[in-house]
Amino acid sequence: MRFADANSEPTGTPSTSRPVTRRRTMARLLGVAALLATTALGGLGIGAAPARAEDEIRIGVIYPLTGAAASTGVELKAAAELAAAIINKEIPAPAGLVAGVGMPHMKGAKIRLVFGDHQGNPQVGATEAERLITSEKVAALAGAYFSNVTATASQVAERYGVPFLNGESSSATLTQRHFKWFFRTTPHDDLFVTNFFTFLEDMEKKTGDKLRTVGLFNENTLWGNETTKLQVKLAADRKFDIAEKIVYPAKTTQMTSEVQRLKASKPAVIMQSSYLGDAILSMKTYKELGFLPKMLLANDAGFNDSEFLKTMGKDGEFVISREVWALDQADRNPLIRQVNDLMKQRSGVDFNGNSARAFTAIAVLADAIDRAGATTPDAIRKALQETDIPATGLIMPWKGVKFDADGQNELGQGLIVQVQNGQYATVWPFDVATKPVVYPMPAWDGR
Amino acid sequence: MTADILIQVLVSGLLIGLIYALVAVGLTLIFGVMDIVNFAHGEFLMLGMYASFWAFVLFAIDPIVALPMTALLLFAVGVIVYQTVIRRILKAPMLSQIFATFGLMILLRGLAQFFWKPDHRLIPHSLVSGNIALGPVQFGLPQFVAALGAIGVTGALWVFLHRTRLGTALEATAIDREAATLMGIDGQKMFALAWGIGAACAGLAGGLIATFFPIFPEVGANFILIAFVVVVLGGFGSITGAFLAGIIVGLIEVLGGFLVGPEYKTAIVLSLLLIVLLVRPRGLLGKA
Repeated sequence: MRFADANSEPTGTPSTSRPVTRRRTMARLLGVAALLATTALGGLGIGAAPARAEDEIRIGVIYPLTGAAASTGVELKAAAELAAAIINKEIPAPAGLVAGVGMPHMKGAKIRLVFGDHQGNPQVGATEAERLITSEKVAALAGAYFSNVTATASQVAERYGVPFLNGESSSATLTQRHFKWFFRTTPHDDLFVTNFFTFLEDMEKKTGDKLRTVGLFNENTLWGNETTKLQVKLAADRKFDIAEKIVYPAKTTQMTSEVQRLKASKPAVIMQSSYLGDAILSMKTYKELGFLPKMLLANDAGFNDSEFLKTMGKDGEFVISREVWALDQADRNPLIRQVNDLMKQRSGVDFNGNSARAFTAIAVLADAIDRAGATTPDAIRKALQETDIPATGLIMPWKGVKFDADGQNELGQGLIVQVQNGQYATVWPFDVATKPVVYPMPAWDGR
Repeated sequence: MTADILIQVLVSGLLIGLIYALVAVGLTLIFGVMDIVNFAHGEFLMLGMYASFWAFVLFAIDPIVALPMTALLLFAVGVIVYQTVIRRILKAPMLSQIFATFGLMILLRGLAQFFWKPDHRLIPHSLVSGNIALGPVQFGLPQFVAALGAIGVTGALWVFLHRTRLGTALEATAIDREAATLMGIDGQKMFALAWGIGAACAGLAGGLIATFFPIFPEVGANFILIAFVVVVLGGFGSITGAFLAGIIVGLIEVLGGFLVGPEYKTAIVLSLLLIVLLVRPRGLLGKA
């Protein structure tokens, strides 16, 4: 052991005052630089706007355009721009689209999207919201993908009394704040968990089997714990039996004790929340120990990662998961196909759950502004409250758009998909399904 | 609970325990020879997994067939790390040594993420796949082969250390560095050898589990904490101790997780660490 060495006086420590002063100056300079980086720079690239035209309606859109989620942010931006192009009639609106197909009540005014970049940082999100409201004078805000950024940015909008329409954040708490100016088109997390129980009831009716014994298998971060709590509550409300409840340590080296316990409790159905690494390991362990529930209901995340299908191959088949949107819906609804083709032409990628929701948010916002006939906050808010868009006019698998008192779209719906032949096929709600559910899950070695 | 399930749980615990043992053996060897705790040991495991992965993807070589190559490669990595980093901090304060290997851990992880993307990979089909059923007890062939491999490698290492001239020299350096130097043993060479063998053990463990475990840059973090517990329980520097302790930790983790609840399995293993440190700080077979 060399503890003794640690006590020896290090040589060359500066003890004069000059280097210290210099260091302080440096620290200050760095502080200023950091401030500039977080506040001003975000605006420089995107915000430098030409003079405002009289007939221009400005909408502030906040997304993560740089940073770790930049690739998602860029897709969201492309979807929002596609929506704006259709609203402004730069491209003809596909037949059947209801919201966002022009602004007849605004005397031909055009909308202009002013983008802000929150870099995945809630503080930057708030700063950007403030900039868009005070210096860009936007009539309304949209964004911000990350739930925690949406929380801070919408707080700023609330303070200034500017409508904020969120299209892609799914934390249930956002609409539990009872904000006056906050609206959300996407369904939130609670709905997805609730959907699984409704789905099980529907499957009972369809198959005649009893599916009332459920094994809960969730990871132990905030997400898994919150999901467990909600599942326990819903199971009690809807008379399901919890055969086993496991909150496992995330990122583990082995899952044999977990799977053994699940297997011993003989549940008909497993409900699982895992990120990718654990999702793969658990599937391997199911197969290793020969555990086969009638259905495996996965809570998105690891099971919906494109890597999951790629790496698991046949062993990943027949997993059932939740989704907000699925491309196979285009086979059912020609409108989705047409809008998706436009997206593909312009940006080279298909819609996914995030970009489809971003597109819809801008369309819904434009629809409200048009009906408002003015760009004052109060008029837009009133129009948003009166929003009533039918299911047929949307590219989402929803029953429509209509906001409740907290600003939550009460007609939102989630999808349940199943991995079939290496792709996610919509299997529920039954009226929008493209494939029947493969039930029960086929044996591991019979695939 | 039936006897069948109990036997099944014990078998699963034994299989994973042998893997833990192999990871810990390399760690304890390095510590035993030169009193340096290698925080980057999990990253050697990760490199071993990626070596197997790329051998499979680029040259269609099965991870099991590629094991000798993986071992050689990681041996080289260990020696290079010793020559470039560790040799310079041999006489540095303990904190510097900790930070050096800790920094190495972050560097290797970062490089893996940069060059190979943060994606999770999997070797889709290996020579060893499928299940074995012995009556009511089931286990995966990959896990079984990995456990056998762990026994083989640890056994070979034991024979090397106790039955060969070079191994005895290494052992002598571990017992008393100065006396060994006086006997004409080149300490530097022995240190480099220890790092090479230590890294090769981790690499072999990586190659063995690559047949069933997802491969990603942070995979080492999953294993390193348990490896430390195994080293402490077995006694710092004791190969036989680490081997026994690996099996014990695996059994306790799986059995404890099954009986008490999987949410407590990490807590159970770490309590074991605390108890050992309080009651028998030198571990099972460590020297006092």
